Amino acid sequence: MGSSGERLFEGADWDFQTLQRIHDACEEVARKELGLDVYPNQIEVITAEQMLDAYSSVGMPLFYKHWSFGKQFAFQEASYRKGLMGLAYEIVINSSPCISYLMEENTATMQTLVIAHAAFGHNHFFKNNYLFKQWTDADGILDYLEFAKGYIAACEDRHGRETVERTLDAAHALMSHGVDRYPGKKTLDLRAEEKRAGERRQHEESVFNDLWRTVPNTKAKSKAALTAERRRALLGLPQENILYFLEKTAPRLQGWQRELIRIVRHIAQYFYPQGQTKVMNEGTATYVHYRIMNRLHQQGRITDGNFLEFLQSHTNVVFQPEFDDRRYSGFNPYALGFAMMQDIERVVKNPEDEDRAWFPDIAGKGDVEGVLREIWSNYRDESFINQFLSPALIRRFRMFHLHDDPAESQGIKVDAIHDERGYRRVRRELARQYDVGFVDANIEVVDVDLDGDRRLMLRHTTVKGAQLNETDTRRVLQHLADLWTYDVALTELDGTDKVLKEYVVSPRAAAVAA
Amino acid sequence: MHIVDRRLNPGSKSLENRQRFLRRAKALVQGAVKKSSQDRDIKDVLEGGEVTIPLDGMDEPRFRREGGTRDMVLPGNKKFVEGDWLQRPNQSGAKGSGAGEGDSEDAFRFVLSREEFVDLFLDDLELPDLAKRKLAQTESEGIQRAGYATSGSPANISISRTVGRALARRVALRRPRKDEIEALEAELAACEDETRRRELLTLLEALKAKAKRIPFIDPIDIRYRRFETVPKPVAQAVMFCLMDVSGSMSEHMKDLAKRFYMLLYVFLKRRYKHVEIVFIRHTDRAEEVDEDTFFHGPASGGTLVSSALVAMNDIVRTRFRPADWNIYAAQASDGDNMTSDSAVTGHLLTDKILPVCQFFAYLEVGEAANYTFDMPDSSLWTLYERLRNDGAPLSMRKVSERGEIFPVFQDLFKRRTSQERV
Repeated sequence: MGSSGERLFEGADWDFQTLQRIHDACEEVARKELGLDVYPNQIEVITAEQMLDAYSSVGMPLFYKHWSFGKQFAFQEASYRKGLMGLAYEIVINSSPCISYLMEENTATMQTLVIAHAAFGHNHFFKNNYLFKQWTDADGILDYLEFAKGYIAACEDRHGRETVERTLDAAHALMSHGVDRYPGKKTLDLRAEEKRAGERRQHEESVFNDLWRTVPNTKAKSKAALTAERRRALLGLPQENILYFLEKTAPRLQGWQRELIRIVRHIAQYFYPQGQTKVMNEGTATYVHYRIMNRLHQQGRITDGNFLEFLQSHTNVVFQPEFDDRRYSGFNPYALGFAMMQDIERVVKNPEDEDRAWFPDIAGKGDVEGVLREIWSNYRDESFINQFLSPALIRRFRMFHLHDDPAESQGIKVDAIHDERGYRRVRRELARQYDVGFVDANIEVVDVDLDGDRRLMLRHTTVKGAQLNETDTRRVLQHLADLWTYDVALTELDGTDKVLKEYVVSPRAAAVAA
Repeated sequence: MHIVDRRLNPGSKSLENRQRFLRRAKALVQGAVKKSSQDRDIKDVLEGGEVTIPLDGMDEPRFRREGGTRDMVLPGNKKFVEGDWLQRPNQSGAKGSGAGEGDSEDAFRFVLSREEFVDLFLDDLELPDLAKRKLAQTESEGIQRAGYATSGSPANISISRTVGRALARRVALRRPRKDEIEALEAELAACEDETRRRELLTLLEALKAKAKRIPFIDPIDIRYRRFETVPKPVAQAVMFCLMDVSGSMSEHMKDLAKRFYMLLYVFLKRRYKHVEIVFIRHTDRAEEVDEDTFFHGPASGGTLVSSALVAMNDIVRTRFRPADWNIYAAQASDGDNMTSDSAVTGHLLTDKILPVCQFFAYLEVGEAANYTFDMPDSSLWTLYERLRNDGAPLSMRKVSERGEIFPVFQDLFKRRTSQERV
């Protein structure tokens, strides 16, 4: 291990020894000063083309084949070629070992930044944040993807590419409604998942067959026995995880189709925490790289020139355009996350009176790293912002809250700004923007008409008057009906259970015949 | 920590996904290819390139919400205070305030490789797989020297290169020469003085050690002759496009003709290195024109097919010696000709044109789904049929739909191979 003051590299070039030195130097800072706890690191050097590849399979190193990834690729390649889009400096995978992809084009400084950011910042977050602990299985994911890829390829051999594609298309359309939002009995164990795939299949088929056997053909006896309540309980209704419901209950799916739905569902679940922790995750990684780079510079292990290069990239990353800027497209999670982490550091170290009033638990506590680690472990974006967005930061970003009611002819109302009266409202509204329970449409499977035509009934409870886009909804419901193989009905209700709109979609003939 | 170099891994992991996407989007991409080939010159058909397809034709639906009241927190307030009202950016658009979010994704440009483009282009013409494979095979390859390489098979070692490099290296590293050592050894043998002997011995040892360290031929000296495969031009070809452009030829007919010419061009281009195209249009007079005029220039008048043949014959005589050129001709017409012209046309064909042509294709084009094709043959058709029955290398077809174009081409193609195999 190099002693302090020894340069990690000169200029922009690097080789594998350099990467090793950089990693070791970052690790020293990460462990000793920040107290980070990370999965073992694996660093992979890839080309720009491979980076594009990785983009189009949601960043995963191995993934099953599907046309929509090809579409992603074509689209991204086109915008890359047109120069609309730069490539990310890195992609990092929530797995153990934690895999960080580094592009070969990066300079040595950029590689240092990326290693500090991904291999320590994101890595620590993945390993310690409660959502990831609850929902993802870092040890199992790569094996599981391998299994999924093989399984789907085998299905294609056996049942034909197009048949498999139809099922996957349908599952993808419902992917965002294929996650459990609240923790169940146990965390995900993908390895066991994979092993048990076969036996479970058989067991489940026998279980739900029983249920279906009670349906149309049999006599009134069983019909009476099966009261509406009991039926719903048996079917596990209401159920917001539509994919789960289909997998367990859809009457005519083949075993392999259930497994495909299961795969898509598991992958959706695996990515679910990432969607809820964008600000925190990027904020953590950015804060960590900032601390590490500064320390390395202090120790004289990177030159002033390298440090300036770093600062330039860093500044670009945390740039937040204002709302009237052409470049504005919402809050930049890097900017907001990093600013909040730094702000917490300030509150812990040098609080003002205002901070003491707002954050009595952490103000002036002194142990910056300890407080941050605690926060990184126990919050998601919504609760994090709700808890830690300070008046100082609201002022610094000059945040304001707009309320837009289409019925209001005067225009859009400025409801709160960065002043005493506004802080709490701005904070609450911003937190809400990150609340998945609020952002995703609340759609549940509510019942199945077992006595009649087996129609599957769904309900969308609207929030603030936002209804579903009709064209897309019909298409999604078509996919759903094809999997269910009977009619599917969706009712949109407002808060008072008033029906706003009803959809009924029948399965396509091909799906029923299959 | 582990570092893995993945750069050597095969890239384009997405290739398979890309192909799936292409297959899936085939109708869309084909439409785009069709459209872009209409706007292209015949020669550009082989260029491949960008086609634009609407992304929303391939969209993946999700439950999406829109409308309702919206709350948002934004950064960068400069002057607003609580209770201010902002104008909606666009009153009509803001009505269903989410409307802006629901707009479809833009079209995007999709870059097709030349192969993909030609395949899709040919596919549009319903090219059977079998024939496509044959097409691909017709390009013969030659081998050509292409400098030197550091790796290769032993049979390809270039001795002179290798020795030359070894020599340069030995000189540069000052490898002791053999005669140097021999001279020292001779001196040593003759030497009486003990001190001098010891000196000589150490010197000699050092030189020998050095000679050992610097080999006479080192693996890094070795150079192999490198060879490259290059498409070998079979010869050069010229393609005559003859078209009747009298008023009866509609845009649809010209489009059919153009597609046929394109197909022929693609075919020839895969077989020959140089393909020239000559466009001759005729009414009752013929003239050589450029492609644009050929397909788009207006013309009217009577119809004399022989005028085009005369013009072609003149051009062949002056510019394309049959000994040096493979001559192809494709004639597109709606079949109308002056009755009095038949005899002249027949003579020109049998005496002048067909003897110098590798192949002559006649394409009778009609309106889409035109029932006249069930009607008696046109005068030109009758004439050509008679010639063909006499054994003239003539392919003739009636075409009224794009999809029918390929069979004509296939006719042409089949005969060529059977002749060449002889």
